[in-house]
Amino acid sequence: MKEIKVAPIKNGTVIDHIACGMAFKVLKVLGISDGEVDSTVSVLMHVPSKKMGWKDIVKVEDKELEQIEVDKISLVAPEASINIIRNYEVVEKMDVSLPDVAIGILKCGNPNCVTNANEPVETEFTLKSKDPIRLNCKYCDRELDDIVDHII
Amino acid sequence: MTKTFKGRDIISIHDFSREEIEHILKVSKDMIPAARGEKRNLSLEGKILSTIFFEPSTRTRLSFEAAMNRLGGSVVGFSDPEITSLKKGETLADTIRMVESYSDVIVLRHPMEGAAKLAADFTEKPVINAGDGAGQHPTQTLLDLFTIWTEKKDIEDKNVVLLGDLKYGRTVHSLAYALAMFGANLTFVAPEVLQMPKEVVEHVERQGGSYTSTNALEDAIESADVLYVTRIQKERFPDPAEYEKVAGMYRVDNEILTNASKDIIVMHPLPRVTEISPEVDTTEHAIYFKQAFNGVPVRMALLALIFDVVK
Ligand SMILES: [Zn+2]
Repeated sequence: MKEIKVAPIKNGTVIDHIACGMAFKVLKVLGISDGEVDSTVSVLMHVPSKKMGWKDIVKVEDKELEQIEVDKISLVAPEASINIIRNYEVVEKMDVSLPDVAIGILKCGNPNCVTNANEPVETEFTLKSKDPIRLNCKYCDRELDDIVDHII
Repeated sequence: MTKTFKGRDIISIHDFSREEIEHILKVSKDMIPAARGEKRNLSLEGKILSTIFFEPSTRTRLSFEAAMNRLGGSVVGFSDPEITSLKKGETLADTIRMVESYSDVIVLRHPMEGAAKLAADFTEKPVINAGDGAGQHPTQTLLDLFTIWTEKKDIEDKNVVLLGDLKYGRTVHSLAYALAMFGANLTFVAPEVLQMPKEVVEHVERQGGSYTSTNALEDAIESADVLYVTRIQKERFPDPAEYEKVAGMYRVDNEILTNASKDIIVMHPLPRVTEISPEVDTTEHAIYFKQAFNGVPVRMALLALIFDVVK
């Protein structure tokens, strides 16, 4: 097996063990395509993995993820592992686990839901099942389709 | 076990266990003499109920007002035509915080789903959901259950036919769920395009409920104890031609009722249009006006439980 030809990063975050093909969704969640990150981002797709067969990896330089971003990633890549890197060393492993309640990170897909009406509330979704991920709006009780498209 | 009802919000039928609903039904029965005005009950004297109706629903509002008055309490409120604040863009959250200071319990009807839940987040006072868009209308479900329970002595193992618009009709979704919880046998009768949505059927299955779907009313009512009729609403259809196709498909009249048991009861949340022929009104089967009256003792029971004047 060949060495991976991407240099380790000095500072930043490595998001490893992303299910194969989901890297772009992780980028979307992080707002990388919307210009919310101003450092180098490298994406490795279809990388061999002992654990998963094939996987994707995303490396974001000079940025340490916050918990809310980790929560969002958990919705699109619940298997991922997140390492914070400082001076080439892993200094922190962040736990990617689906929250039982997702507050303020998703928009309800029901246009007639009161949370889509300029009321001063954060959305709240309850996890109904982990595999597949199924979330219900606390307010209108509808199940959310297309979770990735509704991440705020 | 039943949680205490004191100060509780009444948002969704899903918030109640079977034991809790049975308790509400028993208290409702005790309220009937006072609901009829045959007995005086002033247990809510000095309490104020506010009715906040962002869309009109005269019968629901009158029923709540009658219930509060029958318990000696008072009512303040506004309904649709008077709403100017909404047009000025005031949030529901602000409206609720304003109304909270005028009353002890808030009854809300609103066109958006989840509105009652949101309202409850912004006030310490109990909120009763009187309908939120295509969402929940728990007091309607409770009065429907109460009607079946008092007319048929029980709900378990009764054969209940739900007829009409099962797709968009809010009341039948909650009712199907609750009936399944009580172990009734359900039959869904509707034109193909208006059959019960998948998520409601899933809910029924999760309750362990048995059901069948058909479009043949004649067969379905043969063994039915209850026929619950709903209106097919024109405004739900994007294409008027689609509406015309299904509108006249079912009409409950004395002829079709000859297929049914002589004890069958016919229910309807009202208002009806043409789906029940007026000739049925004078038969023993017609229960819908009594059902409307039942809204009063059921709402009295909820108010009395919320204010902790009955146990
Ligand atoms: Zn919602």
